[in-house]
Amino acid sequence: MLQGIAFYLLATVAVVSALLVVTARNPVHSVLFLILAFFSSAGLFVLLGAEFLAMLLVVVYVGAVAVLFLFVVMMLDVDFVRLREGFARYLPFALVIAAVLLTEMILISLAVVNGGAAAGLDTLTPATPEASNIEVIGRVLYTDYVYIFQAAGIVLLIAMIGAIVLTLRHKPGVKRQSVATQVGRDAKTAIEIKAAVTGAGLNPEELR
Amino acid sequence: MVVTLAHYLAVAAMLFTIGVFGIFVNRKNVIIILMSVELILLAVNINFVAFSAYLNDVQGQIMAMFVLTVAAAEAAVGLAILVTFFRNRGDIAVDDASMMKG
Repeated sequence: MLQGIAFYLLATVAVVSALLVVTARNPVHSVLFLILAFFSSAGLFVLLGAEFLAMLLVVVYVGAVAVLFLFVVMMLDVDFVRLREGFARYLPFALVIAAVLLTEMILISLAVVNGGAAAGLDTLTPATPEASNIEVIGRVLYTDYVYIFQAAGIVLLIAMIGAIVLTLRHKPGVKRQSVATQVGRDAKTAIEIKAAVTGAGLNPEELR
Repeated sequence: MVVTLAHYLAVAAMLFTIGVFGIFVNRKNVIIILMSVELILLAVNINFVAFSAYLNDVQGQIMAMFVLTVAAAEAAVGLAILVTFFRNRGDIAVDDASMMKG
């Protein structure tokens, strides 16, 4: 009973906020609704018994990806009203596509639930008390899936390098500290001794 | 009020559809398109985790984790491309992006 209430609450919030993500006028609101959608989905994951993944969703999405989106939305000075041109024009077509897609996916889901591999599985199997969710994941992740796990690390590394390469730029005319040059100085290159003629005075041009 | 697998699949289907819908209606705004892609990947994750929980097999959660990884990488690179594009063009309208070809 309590599980049902929680499910319907979280599912409603997730779907409504997802709808607001794509229809909100202000992109900052879109990002905030995206955060809400991810939070509700994390709640759904908890209901399903996938606590580790729920926490991962909160940390990775709310903590990193959504903040990244917020950064970019606020950093770019874009006329978002102009970007909404054509919203009403594309709306009927998009609604038709969405309706067809949703019908298909619901039908497929019902087919899978009624006759597929998950047929007859109406209730969740309660979690085994001797091993927590994170322990079960860890046992499989570091044994059977260790190569894919390493590959995921490489994907993240390459994404990081790619993002840095794409956005890094050196402005001309900016003076930076060059430690190598500073340390590499010695008396021979730093100082020059010029012979001054006695009584002739100093000509600034000669000293240059 | 028993929550079955079909309930979770329905939620995931709705989120997926909203993501596709968002790509169609916001065809000029790359930021919203990227967020729609995130929604689609979230729907996929919900499917993975729901099946994993109801079939009592942890593999689905492992796969959802990798989807999460790739989604994070995709968001980072996509936003980096967006920032670079904005620097070059002063705008992020997608229909201008075809100027980059050839």
